[in-house]
Amino acid sequence: MNAGRPTSTQTRWWWIAGAFGITSIVVLVAAGVGAVEIAPRDIFASAWSRIPLVGGDSPLNPRDDAIVWQIRMPRIALGLLVGSMLSIAGTAYQGVFRNPLADPYLLGAGAGAGLGATIAIVYLPRASIGFVDLLPIAAFVGAIVGVSLAYLLGYTVRSGRTSVTLILAGVAIAAFLTAVQTFIQQRETESLREVYGWILGSLNTAGWSDVTLVAPYVLVCSGVIFGYRRLLDVLSVGEAEAATLGVEPRKLRLVVIGFATLGTAAVVAVSGLIGFVGIIIPHTVRLLTSTSYRVIVPLSFLLGGAFLVFADIIARTAQAPAEIPIGVVTALIGAPFFAVVLRRSKGIVS
Amino acid sequence: MSAIAVSQVSVEIAGKPIISEVSMDIEAGSWVGIVGPNGAGKTTLLRAVAGDLGYQGSIKIDGVERHAMDTKTRALALAYVPQRPAYPEGMAVFDYVLLGRTPHMGPLAAERSEDIAAVWDALRALSIAEFAERDVSSLSGGETQRVSLARVLSQGTAVLVLDEATASLDLAAQHEVLELIDEIRLERSITVLSAIHDLTAAAQFCKTVLLLDNGKVVAQGLASSVFTEEILRDVFEPTIRVVEIDGNQVVVSLRSEGSADAK
Repeated sequence: MNAGRPTSTQTRWWWIAGAFGITSIVVLVAAGVGAVEIAPRDIFASAWSRIPLVGGDSPLNPRDDAIVWQIRMPRIALGLLVGSMLSIAGTAYQGVFRNPLADPYLLGAGAGAGLGATIAIVYLPRASIGFVDLLPIAAFVGAIVGVSLAYLLGYTVRSGRTSVTLILAGVAIAAFLTAVQTFIQQRETESLREVYGWILGSLNTAGWSDVTLVAPYVLVCSGVIFGYRRLLDVLSVGEAEAATLGVEPRKLRLVVIGFATLGTAAVVAVSGLIGFVGIIIPHTVRLLTSTSYRVIVPLSFLLGGAFLVFADIIARTAQAPAEIPIGVVTALIGAPFFAVVLRRSKGIVS
Repeated sequence: MSAIAVSQVSVEIAGKPIISEVSMDIEAGSWVGIVGPNGAGKTTLLRAVAGDLGYQGSIKIDGVERHAMDTKTRALALAYVPQRPAYPEGMAVFDYVLLGRTPHMGPLAAERSEDIAAVWDALRALSIAEFAERDVSSLSGGETQRVSLARVLSQGTAVLVLDEATASLDLAAQHEVLELIDEIRLERSITVLSAIHDLTAAAQFCKTVLLLDNGKVVAQGLASSVFTEEILRDVFEPTIRVVEIDGNQVVVSLRSEGSADAK
């Protein structure tokens, strides 16, 4: 009789293959589209020629080569990293809080980063230590401080250190930090535009340096969350029952939130507060495939990146040469798409 | 050595004493029922034994103090089904039962073939192998109880702690589930500690019973010695009758004459 795992409860290979396929197509399109159009075939050949020992000649002239590899590819790579991280962090938050509305900014990471960035823009304009720009550092620190404050507040509540207490603490901290941020922003109106632009998010980068800065955070943090995907399933029966299964819910929550927050802080520092990705992608995956985090975690990671790169294509081409803030695009195309998925599903979001 | 030794255990929740100075010894491989009215402290006692409540006194599982066990060691020694288990929507029965294997795996490890074999073994033992791919939240009451039992069975512990395993079931389903528990207990020499509402069922299935009232032990021992009209009338209500049918004790509550529209 049955020996292995039933197929319906496994990650199916074609889901992963499909997600890889979608990502590849989006990347090729993104590399080709813009003020200078470059054929996907040429991009592919150029990429091939760059693989050491494989060789071959690139069909691109030096100018196009620079456009693809120095301007578009870093931006695409950053989009993949940011989208993947926000999406997997959203999945992690939804898992540990057993709350479908949780997103990476729930505990104050977004509000903290916003305040940090605002302080940097308003009070430390063009400031840097050596060659290091202070704005991303301020945003990063702000995000970490925001979540730490929420944790401290949540864990000093005497009546019970439950996940609900923590969420409420996060709401309070986020509201407070946002209020401070808005206060500074309204007092210093000349930098209003810059602050607002940062908050709406952008993948406009200074080349590969942002990518190499963020990549280690994303890979390590996503790796840890990926490792814990099975335990997120265990948490879905509730903390008390999870404890009888040998899991320590508080410890697990601390580790998962810690890494989700670290990764989120790193990507927010370079891209601003891009919203919606952390909610829409995990839920779309959940509605289309499975409610198990074994499936949702890896697929959210892959599709989150593809979605953000796709949104960025629209952000930079729809009103070229002007750029639409990418946070506006993620919501503008994300919300209707999500509405369609939601209507077509049988409603398995609990 | 007894499988579970509870000695002078008291539990307070938010400063309020819920159970006080409860002692009992449970022999390995036996089935002990905790009975008593609502609010007597049955669930609290089970939670103290199963591990998510602090307590004063001593609770030893297989000779080891429960306080001294870490979460994982405890989960390898004892499995627990709460009164209202959570059945996550959309989770397949197989995956739900596989949760029972959690203490056998490392924190970041995936399941091995022996874990998968243990799940199939548990599903077959409870005759629900054909449900493996069904959504766990879509099953009927009796099927859900079987799934819960399959999960604790796959956990592979020597002790099962069950809080009202049959609370929401009709008579036939209740009887069926209790028979299943008893079969498993005998086959795998598992010790069962369960809270149970139905005194007649308790008398038939539990070797010994412990009667709680207001957090204190009123009586314990063989069902035949505990379930007397004298004791039960004191704890429950004066209308309790204990009759014997084919050698079994049957506990019923009869309506007293003169109440409302009784004629």
